[in-house]
Amino acid sequence: MNLYGIRAIYKFEMARMRRTVMQSVLSPVISTCLYFVVFGSAIGSRMGDIDNIAYGAYIIPGLVMLSLLMQSISNASFGIYMPKFSGTIYEVLSAPVSYVEVVLGYVGAAATKSVILGLIILATAKFFVDYDVLHPFWMFSFLVLTSITFSLFGFIIGIWADGFEKLQIVPMMIVTPLVFLGGTFYSIDMLPDVWQTVSLFNPVVYLISGFRWAFYGVSDVHVGISVGMTLVFLTACMVGIWWIFKTGYRLRS
Amino acid sequence: MQPDISVKHLSKVYGDGFQALKNINLEIRRGEIFALLGPNGAGKTTLISIICGIVNLSSGEVKAAGYDIVKDYRKARETIGLVPQELNTDSFETVWDAVSFSRGLFGKAPKPSHIQKVLKDLSLWDKRNNRIMSLSGGMKRRVMIAKALSHEPQILFLDEPTAGVDVELRRDMWEMVRKLRESGVTIILTTHYIEEAEEMADRIGVIRQGEIILVEDKTQLMTKLGKKELRLHLAQKLDKVPGELTLEPVELSEDGYELIYTFDSQQEQAGVARLLRTLGDLGIEYRDLQTRESSLEEIFVGLVHE
Repeated sequence: MNLYGIRAIYKFEMARMRRTVMQSVLSPVISTCLYFVVFGSAIGSRMGDIDNIAYGAYIIPGLVMLSLLMQSISNASFGIYMPKFSGTIYEVLSAPVSYVEVVLGYVGAAATKSVILGLIILATAKFFVDYDVLHPFWMFSFLVLTSITFSLFGFIIGIWADGFEKLQIVPMMIVTPLVFLGGTFYSIDMLPDVWQTVSLFNPVVYLISGFRWAFYGVSDVHVGISVGMTLVFLTACMVGIWWIFKTGYRLRS
Repeated sequence: MQPDISVKHLSKVYGDGFQALKNINLEIRRGEIFALLGPNGAGKTTLISIICGIVNLSSGEVKAAGYDIVKDYRKARETIGLVPQELNTDSFETVWDAVSFSRGLFGKAPKPSHIQKVLKDLSLWDKRNNRIMSLSGGMKRRVMIAKALSHEPQILFLDEPTAGVDVELRRDMWEMVRKLRESGVTIILTTHYIEEAEEMADRIGVIRQGEIILVEDKTQLMTKLGKKELRLHLAQKLDKVPGELTLEPVELSEDGYELIYTFDSQQEQAGVARLLRTLGDLGIEYRDLQTRESSLEEIFVGLVHE
């Protein structure tokens, strides 16, 4: 195992985070705070409780998940796309590192950034909304598992993308709608039956439901299913990355 | 002694069906400077990229320092440093961080004293805390060399190392390459500047349309394929080459004041004496004479256009 290689990539990526702290940390924290202010404090005070939880507190898991998903994808996709774009990828391809080590470096750093961001958002939320975490271990586990899974997904997007536009398409056009329609601002029980069924095809429903269960002990679907679905997606991403490196897709001709 | 690079029956066909390399066989000895020459698109960069692990081979076998580049890719790659043709550098990193990153990536423990030595050798020490984006093109080229040397490779590939750099920097780089060779590093360089190969290489390989058409010791190559030329500046103008001289490969310049005699470097020199004797017999006087050997460039042009 080339531990120095993993560490070099990891440190390089973490240094990039420090250089772009405004974009990678402050910006998502500020936009999430705006959600807390508007939907939590302002509108939330006029909304009824959902599952006996104050609306402002109810939306916290979903909002954290929104940032976590977007930033995981963005961090990891940029992390691998930039060396491809600038041409410095030659060094990684010619180095004595296996693909597992490359992924550990890039995805490990992207996931770390997301976990840090998630914890900062949770800490910031305390200023606006009162909430408790019923199952801290599971809350942290979901945070880490989701960060890793979507960083892997972002890594795949970064390899697939051959332009900056493609980097943005998946997070903006697919992930954001899925999060908004995945129960961030409501329980899917509140939807008509047909839309409840449709919602079950949205993988983000399972993430938010499980994460919310870790906070308040209530969920749209059983927490076991949430964990299972997350692991299924994680496995799918791993298989995708294995295939990319096996075939050299968009990396080695 | 085992060669540092061994290439056997190597072929490469890209996805679009283009065959970049055809059954390449090549051995590069430890500690030599090997210059790979060839016109654009001949396959130089593809060959280097395969040895370094950037491009997959289609068939054949390649070993670096005795290790198969596919089965033993870690050990093979640990021995190789690559300076690619394009100026691909990070922009926001400092010189020190970028070079240290490369060392780590190649699996070596941090060794600031070595990084310091490399940066000093390449006159980058004063710039160590500068961001790479603030450096000139020549300095960026040095950074790329420093990155390639950061993990103390046994084999160094320089793909067009002096493309676009000024004369002074080019001389510096030649000096650096010689020092590396003295320390035992095997160097493979591709270049468009034939004078660079002529100046530095121990052996020359010529690649044309994906095939190695020649591998030869430089001095032997220049002796074997080089031509010599004798120019005689005549005291009086001639209208045509005198009949007595037509047995020799002699030409008359357009203005009629120069006789040009071309002969192989290897050929015994009797032709020159015979020519001068005949001129004396004919009473043709000459004021001056010059001889010159063909350069590697002329040999190269001759080879690739055959």
